Amino acid sequence: MDVKVLGPGCPKCNQTEKVLLEAIQEMGLDLSVEKVKDIKEIASYGVFGTPAVVINGEVKSVGKVPTKDEAKSWLQKAR
Amino acid sequence: MNEKTKLGLIVGAFLAAYYVPWDHPLVRQSGLEAFMMLQEYARDHVITCLIPAFFIAGAICVFVSQASVLKYFGPQAKKILSYSVASVSGSILAVCSCTVLPLFAGIYMRGGGIGPASAFLYSGPAINVLAIVMTAKILGWKLGLARAIGAILFAFVVGIIMALLFRKDEQERSTGGLFLPDSEKDNRGILKNGIYMLNLVLILIFAAFARPQDPSSVIWNALFSVKWYVTMVLLITLGLILKSWFRLEELRTWVEATWGFMKQILPLLGAGVLTAGFMLGRPGHHALIPEQYIQGLLGGNSLGANLFASVAGALMYFATLTEVPILQGLMGAGMGNGPALALLLAGPALSLPNMIVIAKVVGIKKALAFTVIIVILSTIAGMIYGTINP
Repeated sequence: MDVKVLGPGCPKCNQTEKVLLEAIQEMGLDLSVEKVKDIKEIASYGVFGTPAVVINGEVKSVGKVPTKDEAKSWLQKAR
Repeated sequence: MNEKTKLGLIVGAFLAAYYVPWDHPLVRQSGLEAFMMLQEYARDHVITCLIPAFFIAGAICVFVSQASVLKYFGPQAKKILSYSVASVSGSILAVCSCTVLPLFAGIYMRGGGIGPASAFLYSGPAINVLAIVMTAKILGWKLGLARAIGAILFAFVVGIIMALLFRKDEQERSTGGLFLPDSEKDNRGILKNGIYMLNLVLILIFAAFARPQDPSSVIWNALFSVKWYVTMVLLITLGLILKSWFRLEELRTWVEATWGFMKQILPLLGAGVLTAGFMLGRPGHHALIPEQYIQGLLGGNSLGANLFASVAGALMYFATLTEVPILQGLMGAGMGNGPALALLLAGPALSLPNMIVIAKVVGIKKALAFTVIIVILSTIAGMIYGTINP
């Protein structure tokens, strides 16, 4: 599975990454989270707003820090 | 922050501690000014102005549907509408995304193209709620109003000029879906949300209500004398609104968003105030940089002063809101009203690091054109404002 956080490196992006990592750990998955910081690459996903979460190329959330439960349900579906 | 920057900061702090002649009278005076200015902010601006403003910004982020605004930037949206929305929506959107640049890149590459994207890029940092409130409170309502109007007008003009200049080489844009921020489901509707926002804004206005300068204006003085009672009533109303219209979960996200802003902005603002105080001093007190320099470069309302202010503003990086204390120091040291507005209009939207990122997205030519247009417009606006309001 391919998990990405899009965002230029602001507090909210770091928080989003943390939430995802916690969710992954609690579900006992062996995954890493890739951070996409390049503005052009972020825009190429068509997201209007950051931080955004992309799982397996699919945009899951835009412009907010997700809750851990949301993150878990995305990961569950993508499994 | 990567390890190299950390090392740089530590080395810098060490060298400053080692070499600065801290017991020199001028340095002592400057150090005192830095803390006096910090105290002035702490006493006059934090509780009545900044904290309500943070809560408003938090509320905007959580309760205003960003998706409903952003859809006007899509490729199919009517042009005139997307310019209008771009020029005012900065006040809503810029405070919510972590920076405006990804939003700008998204609008440029997937949405309405260079015109609306530049309009948005300009308006975002220039007219966000926090910036306008701080400008009006600390530098006076005239400058606050001029900043708001100037920023909205500029956004429109900059966007249209950019679209005209580059109408031929609009590159093939990547196609694909647009992903807008999810809007929270709410069960209140526009009216209740509107009353809630209005209540927050009124709290800010009354709490920050300054003593009227003209003792003869009966209405303002009457309002001033009852301001704390009105504020209390508003706070009680707010409590009732929150209790009856909002779910606990929503209130939690609101407080979290507000806390996020505070964490992000207060340390930077504190550092900005200390620096401005150290370099420039409070109005009427002198500090490290002699006042005659400031007066010579930025005093009066000459073309040179306005142009210098615009160019300096365009190159310098201001962390969110720090433009306000810096400008306060500069104006106290003799900067004219015109150059002050020029700096406010060119400053927050542009900086050298920002330009480099913009150039990476849109190319050097467009980034340069964007900068030059803003510098010229800011200079003109400064001259006009300085003439009306010397």
